[in-house]
Amino acid sequence: MSAVPIRSRLWRAFHQLGSPPYVYRLAGRLAPWLGTMSCVLLAVGAFWGLVLAPPDYLQGDSFRIIYIHVPSAYLSMGGYVLMAVAAAIGYIWRMKLAHGVAVCVAPLGAWFTALALITGGIWGKPTWGTYWEWGDARLMFELLLLFLFIGYMVLRMSFDERDKADRVSALLAVVGVVNVPIIHYSVEWWTTLHQGPTLIREGGPSITMDMLIPLLIMLAGFSLFFGWLLCKRLQGEILRRESRTRWVRNLAAEAAA
Amino acid sequence: MLTVTSLEVWRGESCLLRDLSFELLPGQTALITGPNGSGKTSLLRVLAGLALPFAGRTQWCGTKVHRLAPETRSEIAYLGHRDGLKNELTAEGNLQFTRDFWNGRDEIDRILDELRLKPFRRREVRRLSAGQRRRLALGCLRLKPARLWLLDEPLTNLDDKGVGVMQTWLQHHTGAGGLAAVSTHQPGRLTGSLAIEL
Amino acid sequence: MADIFICILKRDLRLAFRRWSELATPLIFFVIIASLFPLAASPDEAQLRSTGAAVLWMSALLSSLLALDGLFRADAEDGSMEQLILGPAPLGLVVLAKIVAHWSVSGVPLLVLAPVLALSFYLPLTALPGLVAALALATPTLSVLAAIGAALTVSLRAGGTIIGLLILPLTGPVLIFGTRATELAALGEPLAGPLYLLAALAVLSVSLGPVITAAAVRTALE
Repeated sequence: MSAVPIRSRLWRAFHQLGSPPYVYRLAGRLAPWLGTMSCVLLAVGAFWGLVLAPPDYLQGDSFRIIYIHVPSAYLSMGGYVLMAVAAAIGYIWRMKLAHGVAVCVAPLGAWFTALALITGGIWGKPTWGTYWEWGDARLMFELLLLFLFIGYMVLRMSFDERDKADRVSALLAVVGVVNVPIIHYSVEWWTTLHQGPTLIREGGPSITMDMLIPLLIMLAGFSLFFGWLLCKRLQGEILRRESRTRWVRNLAAEAAA
Repeated sequence: MLTVTSLEVWRGESCLLRDLSFELLPGQTALITGPNGSGKTSLLRVLAGLALPFAGRTQWCGTKVHRLAPETRSEIAYLGHRDGLKNELTAEGNLQFTRDFWNGRDEIDRILDELRLKPFRRREVRRLSAGQRRRLALGCLRLKPARLWLLDEPLTNLDDKGVGVMQTWLQHHTGAGGLAAVSTHQPGRLTGSLAIEL
Repeated sequence: MADIFICILKRDLRLAFRRWSELATPLIFFVIIASLFPLAASPDEAQLRSTGAAVLWMSALLSSLLALDGLFRADAEDGSMEQLILGPAPLGLVVLAKIVAHWSVSGVPLLVLAPVLALSFYLPLTALPGLVAALALATPTLSVLAAIGAALTVSLRAGGTIIGLLILPLTGPVLIFGTRATELAALGEPLAGPLYLLAALAVLSVSLGPVITAAAVRTALE
């Protein structure tokens, strides 16, 4: 097959992803699968991690919170990057749907960031003897990330026109995503100067296969759960944005009938 | 020349104009008329490349206006509702800045003279009347080496003599091969070769 | 290009001096925050010495945000921003000239005032060159970040308070490296490390910042 049809097929896929009814239906079809799969994976991972995995020889059972903490921390960062990429696509190619994705990701990312902070604090109590340890680079980074999410959402809310809110906040997301690695490394650098001796690296060299496999399952489960939430929110967002179009009216008429 | 193809412009949730196409050639003036809120300002902002249309194209010599390179962009001069003058600078200071920034004509004295602003040349703009400011804003426009003038209600606040100066300038401009798109409430006071009614 | 840069620079400097109260406010703000701090903490010499660097940096951060809050608002309100957007120069260049102008009237006086305040916080005399160098490298980054915030919020009435929310989390790295350099200078140790990092941030922000700022101004006024 020559290169042209493949390219044109990719183009068509890209265009379809810009079409609200198509994405609305796609999200509707994906959601049940993502929901079921994430439930199964979360159940298996939680049982394996919380019951079957052996206790850590230093931290005992308290380490088990990593099965929630690590996936949420990962989704908080992944969420920010996803939001920024979607916003950038929306800004550059003027694709309204991409802005819609960014809008839906922002609160999800913020919630997972908050979850990472809360579980980090709970984990900190038995490990450091305090819920909040200012000297921990990862917690500090998550806190700044939470502020970035909040800033994005507040900026969006301050505009009356959705179009302008989309485009201006997209630029903020892009500035943020350029800064995220810089903030990450500078905070790491900062803690190496101030760090107390009691800090224990997450998992560290002591993580065994028994602990790692449920962690990977939980990561997959959380990601699918994120995907499920995103699909549901995206459907709502599409309906809100397209409420004046004919296909949404038809949909509403069908639902009423 | 300015080419507009099936333009569609929205403000917020309402569609202001749909499927507007026209072509403006050197020496022509387009008069844009319509009641308040009909989208005259929005249309001019789209033509200037300050706002993007919902659909359709606006091209200046074959290039979309918001994609123009900075050098070609200076062929288009826009004067909106707001005069774009700095209150803290003198009348002359504003003209000098416009000339330096746009690399414009060296005609400050003549323009001040024609606008009858010579006595106020050293006065800060904040102490000028609304009509005097409008005249000064038109003076800034005149300094720019532009071929296309986009004017949003240029006659606002002007007295009869001010209107007279504007009419003469517009004739000079189009007579020398320039183009103009002018929105106005008083179509009788300006003449155009193309009428766009919104 | 250079002509246009200088043209905007001269215009903004002239405007800044005509509105000198706006010029002085962030500097006075800087001095007041720093002088209120001993009231909130304690006038104890040891404590002031240990926290002086942090106080100076926080005050510098807040005052540079305040200084650039209105960077684009005045121009947007009187319509001259539209003229600058449509002008014959890349908007990024215009924005850079505006940032440089504002930096030179708000950042440079900060460099002069900071050592005086540092001395009052019992920082050793030998630490002052290090402090000034760190501030000289950090304030451009702060100015660029504040300019991005000012551009994003230019069309909002409540711009000022939101800028802090948007921009302060991004200033973390500058704060870390800046205070570290000051601490090292106070201890008499070599401080090239954090200074290089501050310089790297300055290069990054001055090269990318104006482009983003220009896009933000254009979008916000669309």
